[in-house]
Amino acid sequence: MSARLMQGNEAVAEGALLAGVRFFGGYPITPSTEIAEGMAKLLPQVGGTFIQMEDEIASMGVVLGASLAGKKVLTASSGPGISLKQELIGYAAATEIPVVIVNVQRVGPSTGQPTAPSQGDVMQARWGTHGDHSIIVLSPWSVREAFDLAVRSVNYAERFRTPVILLMDEIVGHLRESVELPAESEIEIYPRRAPKKSRAEGYEPYAPDEDLVPNIANFGEGYHIHVTGLIHDETGFPSGSPKVTRESIKRMHEKISRAADEIIDVQEEFMDDAEFAVVAFGGTSRTAYEAVLSARKRGVKVGFVRLVTIFPFADKIISELAKKIRGLLVAELNYGQIVGEVERAAKGQCAVKLCAKYDMTIFEPEEIEAAIDEMISEVDGE
Amino acid sequence: MTERSYEKFFRQNRLPHLWCPGCGNGIVMKAIVQAVEKKLGWTQDNTIIVSGIGCSSRASGYMDFDTLHTAHGRAIPFATGIKLANPKLNVIVITGDGDCTAIGGNHFIHGCRRNVDLTVILFNNNIYGMTGGQASPMTPLGKKATTAPYGSIDRPFDACKLAEAAGATYVARSTAFHVQHLTKMIEDGLDNRGFSFIEALVQCPTAYGRRNKIGEPAKMMAWMRDNAIMKSAWDKLTDDKKTGDKFPIGLFYRAETETYDEAYHHVIELAGGAK
Amino acid sequence: MRKQLRLSGSGGQGVITAAIILAEAAVSEGKQAVQSQSYGPEARGGASKSEVIIDDEKIFHPHVKAPDFVLAMTQKAADKYYTDLNADGVLILDEDLVPTPPQFKNIIRVPITKLAVEKVGKALFANIVALGVLAKVTKLVDFETIKKSVANRVPPHTVEQNMLALQIGFDAVN
Ligand SMILES: Cc1ncc(C[n+]2csc(CCOP(=O)(O)OP(=O)(O)O)c2C)c(N)n1
Ligand code: SF4
Ligand SMILES: [Mg+2]
Repeated sequence: MSARLMQGNEAVAEGALLAGVRFFGGYPITPSTEIAEGMAKLLPQVGGTFIQMEDEIASMGVVLGASLAGKKVLTASSGPGISLKQELIGYAAATEIPVVIVNVQRVGPSTGQPTAPSQGDVMQARWGTHGDHSIIVLSPWSVREAFDLAVRSVNYAERFRTPVILLMDEIVGHLRESVELPAESEIEIYPRRAPKKSRAEGYEPYAPDEDLVPNIANFGEGYHIHVTGLIHDETGFPSGSPKVTRESIKRMHEKISRAADEIIDVQEEFMDDAEFAVVAFGGTSRTAYEAVLSARKRGVKVGFVRLVTIFPFADKIISELAKKIRGLLVAELNYGQIVGEVERAAKGQCAVKLCAKYDMTIFEPEEIEAAIDEMISEVDGE
Repeated sequence: MTERSYEKFFRQNRLPHLWCPGCGNGIVMKAIVQAVEKKLGWTQDNTIIVSGIGCSSRASGYMDFDTLHTAHGRAIPFATGIKLANPKLNVIVITGDGDCTAIGGNHFIHGCRRNVDLTVILFNNNIYGMTGGQASPMTPLGKKATTAPYGSIDRPFDACKLAEAAGATYVARSTAFHVQHLTKMIEDGLDNRGFSFIEALVQCPTAYGRRNKIGEPAKMMAWMRDNAIMKSAWDKLTDDKKTGDKFPIGLFYRAETETYDEAYHHVIELAGGAK
Repeated sequence: MRKQLRLSGSGGQGVITAAIILAEAAVSEGKQAVQSQSYGPEARGGASKSEVIIDDEKIFHPHVKAPDFVLAMTQKAADKYYTDLNADGVLILDEDLVPTPPQFKNIIRVPITKLAVEKVGKALFANIVALGVLAKVTKLVDFETIKKSVANRVPPHTVEQNMLALQIGFDAVN
């Protein structure tokens, strides 16, 4: 396929469609609206369903219902809309309903700066809903990767039966660039999991398979399952037992944490000789990459680390890196969020510095390069 | 249909239910399954029960279908997703007066407006039962609740008028006392293609009756008997007779309008996605 | 060779569309291109700016620094967006809408909106007239390729008028 100019948000819609998404429910909000608009146009072309709901809460509800009825589903929003979705993101985690939520981040809190870029929802993506829960969060840095990660998000949602957050930012969401998309035949698709037992054989919808993920039947297949946000045992019915509660929370974490090595995707460049490195994600990593290139031209031994998977967090990788190098600079478009995760994972084995920006504008390479130099002189001086 | 043939619709191993003695919820739950039993082609395999959160919404757990106990107020969006994702399924929503008209009020009116093919049954006990008796948007003026200790001053909703105004294509009311009538109202609601709404008055002796000195369950049901007036008789009453606690029951509204899933099928045809 | 452009004006003048078409044309010639934009909280009437970077190499940082070309369709945009122009860069102004040109070495003034109104019939076509001017001045993309991109982007019943607008812009400078 030849290259074409495509917008990040458009690429998400295309990717989700190719991954098998056949149902989208949403509510317009800048800067994510193009995803809803794309789905409104594309879905009926393949017999799928698009519905504009009355708010973001309903948008979450409608896609969860559709997912239970057997469809692969997507919803997208930004800022205040993502806050409204939180209760039902928790519902999806608790009931193990596959769903992909795209968050094209903008400046907050509240209405904030609706059209301006930010990466201020990182910790919300991990802990936005109440209670102990696990989640997968992926963040693309290019239009092509927005497409790829849309596919991957849908596959992970299905495979782990979990909400997956595709954490975009306005930079990538609204960026247009040349992309070559893979042919449909090149795309791997994870199918909806199916029950392995009949009712007569004692099927239990929430009994975990070997990978700790349950094979929950779709509605309408004759299994008479019960789905509830109350803590439930393997039958799916509520249980007031401390043991069931403990095991249920534990399993939901472990079904993802045990596959973490596979889920965690980190891009490392120039790390062979690096004494320092810049850690970034999403649109900011494009600028960080140029800053690193420029610093290396001056002979600075700095590497580039890009978090493609934000959660589960790349603890092991960061910890190993921290052993080898002297300092990590975390560049993010917020007051300082992922830096806390990096610090935690680095366990004091190297210096961790923050390069933060939260003024509606994206980083310029010079700003990150200056922060690299500053980190080095600080570490040298210590 | 034999005398207790409806029992197969219940999950016997999940009973007894958690409702208080004398609670009206069980009566409406039974009326629902008896209405389903009468519907040709509706089976336990192709009928889905969706509920919100509240005492009434616990009914889904006792009914042997694919059942979905959602979050407080959100049953209608979930049900909409199920119906649109698989239009062959029959979808019934069970909700409470708080669930449907307070936290879920916006979803309720938009569900009516879209005319998605759902049947919504509101168990109206005039109170928040599950959380112990706080005022709901359907608590009558002057009645007491834990959050309205001096009597409620919030003007209540008439959920049937609301449903009709918002675009529901079948609107009816009955009570836990008028079981056969209630079953018939539900049955006709299931027959309607489009958004059907049935308000079922239920007695909540624990959180509403006792606090308001209305008394025992039997007295609460006697109140339903004495004050409910069939729509045809109600319409003949002069305004000065429509006083006190009197209220109408029966079919209030019915219309034939394209459902959302039928309309969306045209979209698919226009987009070239029809098989 | 990397070339950087900034197209600016007020919301509704269509500078973002013009930038998208230019980037699309570059991509269809096998070049790398990124297009980004910023607009005020108001979708209409506020300041509007779109940037395009064209290169043979992959482009990472998506923002323009020291642009080679700046198009300004309002006085406000001209005053705000010319300042970091590359010293050898070119500032292209709508002659009537920017009555007081900034102090800059290379300025090209074209009555873009006036041409759109008088020769094509509507101010709506000013962005495509401007695109014609840019095609001539920047020489980054073949004019024929731009024509194809315009034809692909605009509503089918307006193709003829848009082609006229493009040609008028192209011929307005030498
Ligand atoms: C978001 C949210 N807010 C509050 C609650 C607490 N809550 C549970 S049930 C309920 C009220 C239920 O009243 P109603 O819908 O009338 O049902 P009933 O119990 O009377 O049948 C409330 C407020 C909740 N579960 N979720
Ligand atoms: S509190 Fe009221 S509604 Fe709830 S179970 Fe008891 S009687 Fe029924
Ligand atoms: Mg109630």
